[in-house]
Amino acid sequence: MAFAENLLAVLPEVVILTSAALILIVDLFIDDERRHITYWLTQLALLIAACVTLKTTQLDIVKAFHNMVVDDMLADLLRMTSFVAVSLMLFYSRSYLLARGLFRGETFVLTLFVLLGIQVIISGNSFLTLYLGVELMSLSLYALVALEKERSGPAEASMKYFVLGALASGVLLYGMSMVYGATGTLDIDLVARAILAKQGNSLLLTFGLVFVVSGVAFKLGVVPYHMWIPDVYDGAPTAITLLIGTAPEFAGFALTLRLLSGALQGLAIDWQGMLIILSLLSMVLGNVVAIAQSSIKRMLAYSTIAHMGFMLMGFLAADLNGYSAAMFYTVTYVLTSLVSFGMIMVLSRIGFEADRLDDFKGLNQRSPWWAFIMLLVMFSLAGIPPTVGFYAKFTVIEAAINAGFLWLAVVAVVTSLIGAFYYLRIVRLMYFEDPVDRSPLETRADARTLLSANGLLLLLLGILPQPLMGICVIALTQSNFL
Amino acid sequence: MTFFTFTFYAFALILVFAGLRVITTRNPVHAALWLVLSFFTAAAIWILLQAEFLAITLVLVYVGAVMVLFLFVVMMLDVNFDSLRRQFRSYLPQGVIVGALVLLEMTLAVVSSAIGAAQIAPPLPTGSNTKALGSLLYVDYVYPFEIAAVVLLVAIIAAITLTHRKRKATRYQDPAVQANVRREDRVRIVQMPAEKSET
Repeated sequence: MAFAENLLAVLPEVVILTSAALILIVDLFIDDERRHITYWLTQLALLIAACVTLKTTQLDIVKAFHNMVVDDMLADLLRMTSFVAVSLMLFYSRSYLLARGLFRGETFVLTLFVLLGIQVIISGNSFLTLYLGVELMSLSLYALVALEKERSGPAEASMKYFVLGALASGVLLYGMSMVYGATGTLDIDLVARAILAKQGNSLLLTFGLVFVVSGVAFKLGVVPYHMWIPDVYDGAPTAITLLIGTAPEFAGFALTLRLLSGALQGLAIDWQGMLIILSLLSMVLGNVVAIAQSSIKRMLAYSTIAHMGFMLMGFLAADLNGYSAAMFYTVTYVLTSLVSFGMIMVLSRIGFEADRLDDFKGLNQRSPWWAFIMLLVMFSLAGIPPTVGFYAKFTVIEAAINAGFLWLAVVAVVTSLIGAFYYLRIVRLMYFEDPVDRSPLETRADARTLLSANGLLLLLLGILPQPLMGICVIALTQSNFL
Repeated sequence: MTFFTFTFYAFALILVFAGLRVITTRNPVHAALWLVLSFFTAAAIWILLQAEFLAITLVLVYVGAVMVLFLFVVMMLDVNFDSLRRQFRSYLPQGVIVGALVLLEMTLAVVSSAIGAAQIAPPLPTGSNTKALGSLLYVDYVYPFEIAAVVLLVAIIAAITLTHRKRKATRYQDPAVQANVRREDRVRIVQMPAEKSET
């Protein structure tokens, strides 16, 4: 395979890397008043990368760089969704970053590097590439969390994130090394073939699997590897929390899919059992502990834990129905998260974080439109029709029941009911309480339009989920995840 | 005894002697220089084993960069090495135990698995191993290699961003301002009437 063909398979990554390097240099010659040039260059880079991805999409599975990289429909779809998520994150957080002195070149460049790490994971076809992608993504995130220095919270959150993240990377790497020891290869296709042919020491493989699942579970943030999520979500500046809670979820999904379904499909019986425990504990603990929170960022953090548990329930069905349901769930959850954290930033201003539940009191009197958008988000998170959250939960439960996990589905429904309590509490605060703070809500026109459109999309996708579901199914089928 | 064996033993003796001098000499700068000699001799032994890439890397990285840095640290920080050395006797028993265990393990490993020359992979039949390593790194593994480079770039950016931003509360000196200071900025001459004495 010629070098040019290799590059073609990773063209979106090349675009993002080149533009990150260029923006880093251009930013040196820009003074603080004209920092918006860096911002728009970043958006332009995302747009170019998205166009390139659309242009190079094809139905075949292309392996490049000696099988280190795979360029299939799944990779292209997840790349596109990541570009959209990062671009929206930048639009929503512009005023927030400006107000906190974070509107700097490094913020945008590191965000692009997070995106690059996500892309490397999404298109990884070797343990080595996947691991490097995880490291690139995590390292950039640790730094982003610590960027704000006026308060002590971000530094503390970054330290916790870094220590636990390094531990998780070590665990993941240890698991990969054991699988390598058992099969003698890092190539995902060859590992899968070796396991199906019953080669290698099965005890070593099982041990490796346990460590790999633990590492992946940490990156997804499911119980009992969830400790970092509430602290990091709460401590990080809201714009960065928005970044952590959105695009990396695609990487987490891709990592789980490529490792468990791609490489370790032969051990599906073993990992299904582990995922049942992770999923069950996450749904129960996430939903129950979220009730006790008074900070909305912590509440949404526990809600993320519960939602990732829900996503894993679809995954553990280990068939096309399950994977597509889990993928649909991830995509729609990210769309919902974008609005929920975006709303916190709408309410915040200089010196005021708007991260307590009480800050949402009487939002309807201050701005009926934003109250309505937040209502849609809460309904979607709780899974109330006709929002998309309902359909997403429905397909996951359906996939779990079809795969014979009826009891798990029952637990999922019960925990969702518990979860509805704290989501609807926000709705009550917004509509039936008087506002504590009556200052006007100011947002930029572009953020306002996009945030509103994003909120309405939750409703639209709830009424018409089939096109997106169809795309997920096609992407997974074309990429041989059956 | 062939010439090859002779050179090996010569290098080995120099290596052991240099290693011993590193920990016995009193002057830290001398110790660092003895360490340079031991690195250099180890590199020579690797060349005997036809691992020329490793040997050159050892010389370039350790002798060329790490030891120079180390010498800078020794000279600039003025660590009192004598006070560190005073507890030498109290650490001796543990040191002897650890050393003996390492020796025992190495002997066991060599004897039990008979990991003689037979089991060590012979040098690559064609070309140098520098070329073989290069083709692995820059052809087969070029993609992970590039990503690893990006990880390093991120580390640099993160380190500079997190440490090098001026905070408002930090006190710092600006030499340019200090050098440009004029007498008028600091000294104010005030005309005052002379006080009359009470007497």
